[in-house]
Amino acid sequence: MRYRRIALGAAGVAGVVAAMEVVSRAGLVDGTALPPASTVLGEAAKLAVDGEFLVDVGATLGAWFGGLALAVLVAVPLGVLLGSVPFLGTAARALVELLRPIPSVALIPLAIILFAEPTRMKMSLIFYACLWPILINTLYALRDVDPVAKDSLRAFGFGTPSVLWHVSLPSAAPFIATGVRIAASVALVVVISTELYAGGVDGVGIYLSDTQTAGGRTDLLLAGAVWSGVLGLVVATGLRGLERIAFRWHTARVEGLA
Amino acid sequence: MAMLQITGLTHSYGGDHGVLGGIDLTVPDGRLVSIVGPSGCGKSTLLRCIAGLIRPTGGTLTLDGSPIDGVPDDLAVVFQDYSRSLFPWLTVRDNVALPLRRRGMSRPERRAAAQEALESVGLPDAGRRYPWQLSGGMQQRVSIARALAYRPSLMLMDEPFGSVDAQTREDLEDLLLQVHRTQKMTILLVTHDIDESVYVGDRVVVLNRSPARVHADLDVDLPASRDQIETRGLPEFVRLRAEVGRLVRGGGRSPGAEPADTGTASDIVTDE
Repeated sequence: MRYRRIALGAAGVAGVVAAMEVVSRAGLVDGTALPPASTVLGEAAKLAVDGEFLVDVGATLGAWFGGLALAVLVAVPLGVLLGSVPFLGTAARALVELLRPIPSVALIPLAIILFAEPTRMKMSLIFYACLWPILINTLYALRDVDPVAKDSLRAFGFGTPSVLWHVSLPSAAPFIATGVRIAASVALVVVISTELYAGGVDGVGIYLSDTQTAGGRTDLLLAGAVWSGVLGLVVATGLRGLERIAFRWHTARVEGLA
Repeated sequence: MAMLQITGLTHSYGGDHGVLGGIDLTVPDGRLVSIVGPSGCGKSTLLRCIAGLIRPTGGTLTLDGSPIDGVPDDLAVVFQDYSRSLFPWLTVRDNVALPLRRRGMSRPERRAAAQEALESVGLPDAGRRYPWQLSGGMQQRVSIARALAYRPSLMLMDEPFGSVDAQTREDLEDLLLQVHRTQKMTILLVTHDIDESVYVGDRVVVLNRSPARVHADLDVDLPASRDQIETRGLPEFVRLRAEVGRLVRGGGRSPGAEPADTGTASDIVTDE
């Protein structure tokens, strides 16, 4: 079943690559605007051993990880607080709902003014983008902890902090992890957009915009885009795998494997 | 063992709709009392008041003479819904051992006590598994083991066998009787199953519709050693079952019982 899924997925990718190849080679579109897939993949393979591009990838991932880690450190405790103290949760709700839909990208000009240093500027925007999915998931997961589970421990004389530690946090953890995974994918979009828009020295986004300066090399642009996609895929799959291992009890119950 | 005394207990969840309408009940040391009543009559609310999980709006509750204010020390509760009450992220053994932190026991002591409790409910080899890997009946055994390991003097059970199949239910009823014989604790069992209330109880307390009051309080005069087939065939069992059935359904007068009339039910003070 698993192999069948992987095989089908690979076939899908191969199909699209082949279609792109045909469209470009047949002259249906301008070959310099949309180069054949083989050219793009060839350039992408070259990028994998290109030291400069690897520095760009390192810078992007560094800012991504820093901003995400910072968001986790702030959003999880804050979500626990807002989710377990009802009046604080209600008080914060309007503000959260107002701030949450603001696209991080809209705040790039502000971030440029606030933080001169590019990495800090990127991290601050990633932090903002990641804060909301993690905060909201934590908040609702804590609010939705099964009252029977909490009462089960309360009935043995455990106080509120103990119930929070032994029941609420473990039962909310899988949902918090999902929030982190969603945030991680969002963060990758934000970091590359920020690099494209705000410039800087190193970063995948900087590389992408550089491909368009001297005459415009679409093949290089697409090769960079391929790697951005791969990064996103690796991050999402990796986090999903970690979730499956750490919260086996949760997935087993949800999928009815028990 | 503990003696529980309830006087004039009332409770309402906001508004003027009362759930408990003045309950009077005394449960002496070491008895197993079944509390039975129509669905939604407030049985669970009564149990939650005794457990200190909710603060009743009126009346007094004392355990061994001291008023219940918050969760009493030597108390354990077994809930109906084992799948929600057990923690899926902990192994069976850790589920049973967790409440023992309150007892100030070391980790090896907690584990040993958990293993012992699991053996007493017939699950000596389940400790390393997770609750969701077990059948429903086994999970409820784990819940009971968790309560037993805590060595409570009062065990409250809220429809504990309501979510398992008939065969498992009978096994668990016998397990409960065995536990009660060997561990000498006071047990309050809430159920809507009339047969069960008579089969496991020393006494059956019948509540009437909310606001709940004690409608009747019957002694179960059956041999202490009970058997699913034999006991259920005894004339006394059949008589009691019919009587409890009539009381639960109609609230009408039942022959051979103390006068039980809905209008004056609140005046019945049930004292041993």
